[in-house]
Amino acid sequence: MSEKVIYVMYDDDGVLKDGAKKLVSKGVKISDTFSPFPIHGIDPIIGVKNTRLGIMAFLYGLTGLTLATIGMRFFMIEDWPMNIGGKPSFTYLENILSFVPITFEFTVMCAAHGMAITYLLKNKTLPGMPAQNPDPRTTDDKFVMEIRTSENALEEKELDKLIKDTGFIEIDKKTL
Amino acid sequence: MQKEAAIREPLILGHKSYHDITEDVCRPIEDKAPKMWYILFGIALVIGLYGIGCILYLLGTGVGVWGLNKTIGWAWDITNFVWWVGIGHAGTLISAVLLLFRQKWRMAINRSAEAMTIFAVFMAGLFPLIHMGRLWVGYWVMPIPNQFGSLWVNFNSPLLWDVFAISTYLSVSVVFWYIGLIPDFATIRDRARKPISKKMYSILAFGWSGRAKHWNRFELVSLVLAGLATPLVFSVHSIVSFDFATSVIPGWHTTIFPPYFVAGAVFSGFAMVQTLLLIMRKAMNLEAYIHTKHVEYMNIVIMVTGSIVGTAYITELFISWYSGVEYEAYAFINRATGPYWWAYAAMMTCNVVSPQLMWFRKLRRSLLFTFFISIVVNIGMWFERYVIIVTSLHRDYLPSSWSMHYPSPIDIGVYIGTIGLFFVFFLLFARFFPVLALNEIKSILKGSGQSYKESPDYYKNH
Repeated sequence: MSEKVIYVMYDDDGVLKDGAKKLVSKGVKISDTFSPFPIHGIDPIIGVKNTRLGIMAFLYGLTGLTLATIGMRFFMIEDWPMNIGGKPSFTYLENILSFVPITFEFTVMCAAHGMAITYLLKNKTLPGMPAQNPDPRTTDDKFVMEIRTSENALEEKELDKLIKDTGFIEIDKKTL
Repeated sequence: MQKEAAIREPLILGHKSYHDITEDVCRPIEDKAPKMWYILFGIALVIGLYGIGCILYLLGTGVGVWGLNKTIGWAWDITNFVWWVGIGHAGTLISAVLLLFRQKWRMAINRSAEAMTIFAVFMAGLFPLIHMGRLWVGYWVMPIPNQFGSLWVNFNSPLLWDVFAISTYLSVSVVFWYIGLIPDFATIRDRARKPISKKMYSILAFGWSGRAKHWNRFELVSLVLAGLATPLVFSVHSIVSFDFATSVIPGWHTTIFPPYFVAGAVFSGFAMVQTLLLIMRKAMNLEAYIHTKHVEYMNIVIMVTGSIVGTAYITELFISWYSGVEYEAYAFINRATGPYWWAYAAMMTCNVVSPQLMWFRKLRRSLLFTFFISIVVNIGMWFERYVIIVTSLHRDYLPSSWSMHYPSPIDIGVYIGTIGLFFVFFLLFARFFPVLALNEIKSILKGSGQSYKESPDYYKNH
């Protein structure tokens, strides 16, 4: 049997969420939803795990912190220690106060940019990429649920029957 | 969906649907620009080009074309820099701090406030760059391995801290702004009919999908960026204040500067947001989204930060006497009663007296009055920086070095020019970018819209 993708369209986020709950309780696997804004509470229903980008941000920040410390230690203590106003640069620890602002700024810069770049790459959203949404109306006021026959044990007809009760407005099927 | 108390004023007026919101925000971008837009853009462009001309003249001739002298080595350049950076603080404060505090009213104003921030920081960044005189060696502020031996920038210097602070602030603000813009560009992309605009907006939208997983990431990224941007906002203006506070000039050498500068920055930034949004909501028919309640909230922020600034002025004055340091005391007496008394008086009236009028509910809910005060505050905040910088310098320790500062036409031209350029950028933004965060506004419609407030069951059946 060829794989089919069923796109079920709703005109309200609440209706989609209720529909998804009903379908999932009947054992239907919903692969994805497309919406013009985040539908709060849909993730646990359709089994979307929480992102780990926050951990990445922390790691990028840690990298920035380390780089800034190593860099400033090298520039100011090792390579060319300066005696400014009778305050010589002997050790990093003694001079650490002057290095706090840049250490902080560089940490934030690395964390923010590292996370943003990872976010774009993970989403596969980069300049000029083709639109990934199944219907142009999903960025306006329509909400779409994606169900794949290959991911479901149920027959297509049974799926149709279950979907019928969820109050959708349009249904579209594509054979892959 | 978080439900809000029905007695709170609705944040979205009128019985809007999701589609209405898209229409309201996208129509001004898709329609032809009104005549007024062309007129304003033309004026801003001419002023901006004049400013660029002045900058080119300055670069060709040297910093001597400014009205500086051997006593007053810093005047309008750094005043304008601090003024613009200060204005640039409201955007990130609105989008980051208010996001952390879950303030929903931020959603109507954050996009344009952030745009304003970015353009204001552009203008601020111009001043240190042209102040170098030799713009083409501007990259020397970065610690780049070089052929001059072990020559590094001085990491002990607050001026270098500024380089890092401003560049981090600018780039992080751009990222924060753009990540929020991507889903809204996708909305415009999916509506666009004309091939050129379709192509442009699909490049800008990065192929955004609106998948559940992508929204999940989007929300976390926004939250973490807000968490990072919040201390960043406070650090940036603190570091700007270090430019003065770490020096030994009486009048600059004060520990109160960081908090006082941050409060002043938020104060002037919100005033600029008011100036711009009061015009924009009218010109682009966005009265349903940015209405009296939003203006009132912003006025409260202006009132609070204005009071902090006022307290700081008076504390500073008291401490200069209480310290027993006669130079310090003189710097402040001279500020208030010396030849620059008028600048000091302007600062006190505009920044300390005018925000106190916002205690009156009638006044802070009046759009016309708000517009007036927002301009007054921005003038006052320019004078604040002028007073701090010029009056602290103009009477040196040696009376033979006493001097006055008179701006040259180039000083004035560069300053006015940056205002022109700022409006060029802002008008382009208003013309081609979604000025409201569509996706965020839609997500609060059911909890804070008028329909819900009037009958909480409005969206039950639907």
